[in-house]
Amino acid sequence: MSRIDFQTEPGRYRHWRLRFDGAVAELLMDVDPAAGLFEGYELKLNSYDLGVDIELSDAIQRLRFEHPEVGAVVLRSAKENVFCAGANIRMLGKATHGHKVNFCKFTNETRCSIEDATEHSGQTWICAVNGTAAGGGYELAVSCDSILLIDDRRSSVSLPETPLLAVLPGTGGLTRITDKRRVRRDRADVFCSTEEGVRGKRAVEWRLVDEVVPPSAWEARIRERADEAAARSDRPRAATGVALTPLTRRFTDDGVAYGFVTIACDRAAGRATVTVAAPAGPPPATLEAARSAGFWPLQAARELDDAILHLRANEPALGLLVLRTEGAAAQVLAHDAFLEAHQGDWFIREVRLYWKRLLKRIDMTSRSLVALVEPGSCFAGTLAELAFAADRSVMLDGARAGDNRPPAALALSPLNFGAYPMANGLTRLRARFWGEPDSVGAAQARIGAAIEAGEADALGLVTMVFDETDWDDEVRIMLEERASFSPDALTGMEANLRFVGPETMETRIFGRLTAWQNWIFQRANAVGETGALKLYGTGVQPSYDKARV
Amino acid sequence: MPDGMNVDYDGLIPNNVDLASDARVKKALETWHPGYIDWWKDMGPDGFQEALVYLRTAVSVDPKGWAKFDYVRMPEYKWGILLAPRVEGRLIGFGSHKGEPAWQEIPGEYRGMLRRLMVIQGDTEPASVEQQRHLGKTAPSLYDMRNLFQVNVEEGRHLWAMVYLLQKYLGKDGREEAEDLLRRRSGDADTPRMLGAFNETTPDWVSFFMFTFFTDRDGKMQLEALAQSGFDPLSRTCRFMLTEEAHHMFVGETGVQRIIERTCEAMKAAGIEDPGDTARIRALGVVDLPALQRKVNLHFSLTLDLFGSEVSTNAANAYNSGVKGRYREDKLDDDHRLLDSTYPVLRCRDGAIVQEAVPALSALNMRLRDDYVADCQGGVNRWNKVMEKAGIAFRLTLPHVAFNRRIGEFSAIEADPEGRVMDAGAWAANRDRWLPTGDDNLYVTGLMRPVDTAGAYASWIAPPKVGIDNKPGHFEYVKLWDA
Ligand SMILES: [Fe+2]
Ligand SMILES: [Fe+2]
Repeated sequence: MSRIDFQTEPGRYRHWRLRFDGAVAELLMDVDPAAGLFEGYELKLNSYDLGVDIELSDAIQRLRFEHPEVGAVVLRSAKENVFCAGANIRMLGKATHGHKVNFCKFTNETRCSIEDATEHSGQTWICAVNGTAAGGGYELAVSCDSILLIDDRRSSVSLPETPLLAVLPGTGGLTRITDKRRVRRDRADVFCSTEEGVRGKRAVEWRLVDEVVPPSAWEARIRERADEAAARSDRPRAATGVALTPLTRRFTDDGVAYGFVTIACDRAAGRATVTVAAPAGPPPATLEAARSAGFWPLQAARELDDAILHLRANEPALGLLVLRTEGAAAQVLAHDAFLEAHQGDWFIREVRLYWKRLLKRIDMTSRSLVALVEPGSCFAGTLAELAFAADRSVMLDGARAGDNRPPAALALSPLNFGAYPMANGLTRLRARFWGEPDSVGAAQARIGAAIEAGEADALGLVTMVFDETDWDDEVRIMLEERASFSPDALTGMEANLRFVGPETMETRIFGRLTAWQNWIFQRANAVGETGALKLYGTGVQPSYDKARV
Repeated sequence: MPDGMNVDYDGLIPNNVDLASDARVKKALETWHPGYIDWWKDMGPDGFQEALVYLRTAVSVDPKGWAKFDYVRMPEYKWGILLAPRVEGRLIGFGSHKGEPAWQEIPGEYRGMLRRLMVIQGDTEPASVEQQRHLGKTAPSLYDMRNLFQVNVEEGRHLWAMVYLLQKYLGKDGREEAEDLLRRRSGDADTPRMLGAFNETTPDWVSFFMFTFFTDRDGKMQLEALAQSGFDPLSRTCRFMLTEEAHHMFVGETGVQRIIERTCEAMKAAGIEDPGDTARIRALGVVDLPALQRKVNLHFSLTLDLFGSEVSTNAANAYNSGVKGRYREDKLDDDHRLLDSTYPVLRCRDGAIVQEAVPALSALNMRLRDDYVADCQGGVNRWNKVMEKAGIAFRLTLPHVAFNRRIGEFSAIEADPEGRVMDAGAWAANRDRWLPTGDDNLYVTGLMRPVDTAGAYASWIAPPKVGIDNKPGHFEYVKLWDA
């Protein structure tokens, strides 16, 4: 199978078009049926596969970084009478379980990033549903801040998965309608079991959409809504965007080399080592000079994001990710200081929000994560979050013989204490110290210091500390042991332990997706030879094993 | 006479379904009735609500002798609920329930599907009345005017037929859908009818005949497929509607045929041999045959869009579940399940038209469309006979199915009427050779002058061979003035 590539740019889009008019952008969905990511299905009626979502994700990123002038984004369909039919069912019917899980996760992260743009970036997403919005198509609409539905007496919104496909509106549909749109749960029950969905006044009454608009007023009303939203935005109309230029990547059999990030695969051991390098020098002297794709925090984030997505989609057998960093911690901290000093700037805000989302993506990655904190590493500030995201972190105490670099040290910056909340709303340190809140304060008191192994251990910032005598063996045995466990059990265990404390809509979405949808995806009622997904489109009715589990 | 064959005209709503003893549905229909009459007055034939029209009304659902003719004011027409008689022991004829007794109630699992099919069918019925509401004013004869109104009142009755099913079998949802059927309006920007062809205008009588020939024939095909349904009340309803629909086909086919007769006759009388000698032919006040061909191209291609996507999951589901069969399913000789067979489908692959074998269940729209094309071709052949007999060197043809399409496989490409794929620029440059031009429309509109003397006909259309109800040539089919 060819490699799934998460990099694209508008010139290469097959499924979307962007239009700009002052502070309002329009993102038009116009899926090319013949341009599916894989063979064997057609993307009819604006249905989507991972390829469509990769472009959507790219468009969202570019709207944020390249278009500071845009305060409102109108999401709509370029096809007549259909907004979006949701995930392509034939694709789901053919896909491996692993691909389905990855696909749902990525699409959900993409929808979360739409919500993040509305909530934090001053870019309000408005969905103009001109035609049928079914299943994932409606979920896409729900990820926007508001939904306008054309009232032509045929356009409707629906989540028909249960009656039609024997799966769930799984990319968060069920959770978003009750938690975000606050649809009453018994109405949601009716809605989700009605294949043809709901249209017109009732859709508003049930809070499934915000407004229905007659076709004659349609364009004007969309524009009005968008202008209102754009007027509320704090994004600078006159600023120039930062072009997200193509990443420099070199793929080899054994890994990928980016500018600051490398992936080294050890297939025999079932693991990949991901190394992030510190910036070579201090941050730019001015904010103006920082505005480029080469600004280290931005470039490193884009590279690491791509690396994680690549590993998820293309290297399923590498179940263990070893996280490493290298370079000068001081430069990382200097960049953190720069991000902190200019946090009011639109571009710096975007960079920080990007790191937030990237780190969440890492939290959500179903691979064992082990951070190795060694001499020469720079787990400092923003990069220290990688160690806190890991299931375990191991630190080398002292120096290695013949290595004249200083002993390994961790360092904290103010960004560790609020800039990068997890899906559960907690910082990684608060989540880590859920049972010992005072430890957060103790760590905070050491912002800026080089925290060597002994102190890191005492502060609870690392899992284990070994000196040179034990290091090689301990680390080897730990990694080998990890790789020997059941990958399913590990995925479940890690996901349970990573997210302590409160639930949020986001954790509920991902948790339920993982628990329920991925369970249903395994069941014969969905994927068996006579299951609904397998038979969809053949006209033959599925036959269900009626025993409740 | 079997039970239920006679129509009860005692109550407000004529019916053969014993409405008198079904209080719930009777009440629902009586509640819906005033809205229907309002709709008819607003959207029915414009300017002729008081005219006395010589209409047929069903008195029995017995296929022989079911109609009675008399003068009626259209708003007083006896619209009612008429189902073909129940066949005792009828079995489902196809799909996964083949051989089981036909359903007398809607099975819960097929509720949504049946509702959708009934609403879409129901929506087309009033739509055509709306599309044709201005035509009375330019009727080429009282005979044609009467035929128009007959079609109109029957389309109104077809709406009743679907509304009855919605109200009887789908409860509250059904009542809401029935209301919405009165609220949508053909061509309205805010509340259009559901299907594209039913939002186009029917600007003139040539279009009207084309519409009844081509687009009503799609209705006939859909009704034929629904007449096979395992849901018995739907099947019985559609079977009776088909007896009415046959007259609509007749109006369309003979209408075009009479235009052709008149044109051939006028060309011969004037000694014109070249059918493309447009200026001279038009000077005779008749419709030139190439213009007629362009109308054929337009109405045929618009109607093909009504069949939906060639490869369709919905069609497969509807068949497998026993809800919608094939054209004349009961006459077909196969396993009536189609799980293992394939059907050839024309598809668009990398810009070319190719034939592919597709699982037969998924290809049912295509199959129905093929049956439709064959049915159309029969009529076209009869038209061509007229020209052949008259010795005029012109033949009408159906354009290729890829020509001028907005829905389905060929919506992505442009093709000429022979099915040659071309780019959009080349297509646009030739458009006026294939589809009605502004000139055609102006000319045809100019011909549309009312003729309201009994027995007289406009210059561009021949009189019919026989009258309705065997009435003589001078019969006054519509009494306009002495109402
Ligand atoms: Fe009809
Ligand atoms: Fe008809």
